[in-house]
Amino acid sequence: MMKPGEFHQRDRDIHPPALTPGYKTSVARSPRYSLISLQNSVSEITGPVFGHNDVDAGDNDLLTNYAKAGQSPIGERIILHGRVLDENARPVPNTLVEIWQANAGGRYRHKKDTYLAPIDPNFGGCGRTVTDENGYFYFRTVKPGAYPWRNYVNNWRPAHIHVSVFGTAFVQRLITQCYFEGDPFIPLCPIVQTIPDADAIDQLTAKLDLKATIPLDTVAYRFDIILRGRRSTLFENRLEGN
Amino acid sequence: MAKHLDYLRESASQTAGPYVHIGLAPGAAGFDIYRRELGWDIAGPNAKGERIRVEGLVIDGMGAPIKDVMLEIWQANAEGHYAHPEGGGPVEEGFRGWGRVITDFATGEWGFDTVKPGKTRGRNIGTQAPHLNLWIVARGINIGLNTRMYFADEVEANAKDPVLNLIEWENRRATLIAQRIERDGLPVYRFEIRLQGEAETVFFDL
Repeated sequence: MMKPGEFHQRDRDIHPPALTPGYKTSVARSPRYSLISLQNSVSEITGPVFGHNDVDAGDNDLLTNYAKAGQSPIGERIILHGRVLDENARPVPNTLVEIWQANAGGRYRHKKDTYLAPIDPNFGGCGRTVTDENGYFYFRTVKPGAYPWRNYVNNWRPAHIHVSVFGTAFVQRLITQCYFEGDPFIPLCPIVQTIPDADAIDQLTAKLDLKATIPLDTVAYRFDIILRGRRSTLFENRLEGN
Repeated sequence: MAKHLDYLRESASQTAGPYVHIGLAPGAAGFDIYRRELGWDIAGPNAKGERIRVEGLVIDGMGAPIKDVMLEIWQANAEGHYAHPEGGGPVEEGFRGWGRVITDFATGEWGFDTVKPGKTRGRNIGTQAPHLNLWIVARGINIGLNTRMYFADEVEANAKDPVLNLIEWENRRATLIAQRIERDGLPVYRFEIRLQGEAETVFFDL
């Protein structure tokens, strides 16, 4: 008898390890002991459920969600869109996707950010949406600028948008960053380079999507998010470790 | 791994960075934008069971509290049911079982109010002791860290818990057990999470 079973084990070879000394803050914030492997119980195969009561229709439009009436943020107008799929290539519908980013000059609207590039009065920098029945999502925003950070003396983050996604289970929870095709800072960035696998970095790089670009209006980038998949359980009667 | 099969590959994790609040707790970043921020009410007003407060610090390898952490909580209700179609049973209206908390920028203290969860069913047989599932992200953490918090006043259930018993170093099990104190008549569980070094908290690969 088939029933949905455990989630596929996370392939840690495509994720950054905890300790990546080129990214200096990771040195004191990485565990030294091994992770303890835990097979899925009800605590892991479940996770929070979100719906359209949780987010408003305009929450995914960063061009308008913090702008004064009739005004607009300054910067390259873009659509960031894609699908949330699992490793089995099945869509993940009704899942919460949240993003945050700097403005076009690389300045974050955060009381801890003191970079001298100015705040944009019409740009907040966060958005959220729930995927549709096909796992599809989209945001409108401006393309963020690169910004400097105190790691090595002359480190600059590539343009990036932070992405948080839930899936249906707590084991699928993921925060990552979306980069942009062709950015020369990508290979130079110690945070990008925490990822040991070149294909995995490419998968985090949004592609210019000319077909979704709106002529005379907005450039589009495509960014698909892949979450852990789940196997079907044919037999499940082992006692090992419960 | 298994590239000749047609599975997709999971998107790689990246750090949440120091400005995680902008996206997930914009009020703390310094601006109001959403009708309602998510994750501040874990149990809701109708949840049965004992009302508790949980609080603590996340401490780095230098012994210093981390002041830009975000934690997410996932827990069952007092009957041991998760608010999910496969969660084991119904939950009270408004009980979400999920929460999101950030640390105080000055002190690193975090805390949240909820109800004490009940026992949940084990993976195949038996039961799991009451616990909170925690997920920790921050600047310098490349991939979210999963841990669990158990309750010191559940001695018998903890002794039989299948997950605690998976940890072969018995002294490390204590890193997952929060001590109970009383403050103004409210039970408070104190849980220090040590990322690295002496008494390093147990983290799981789920």
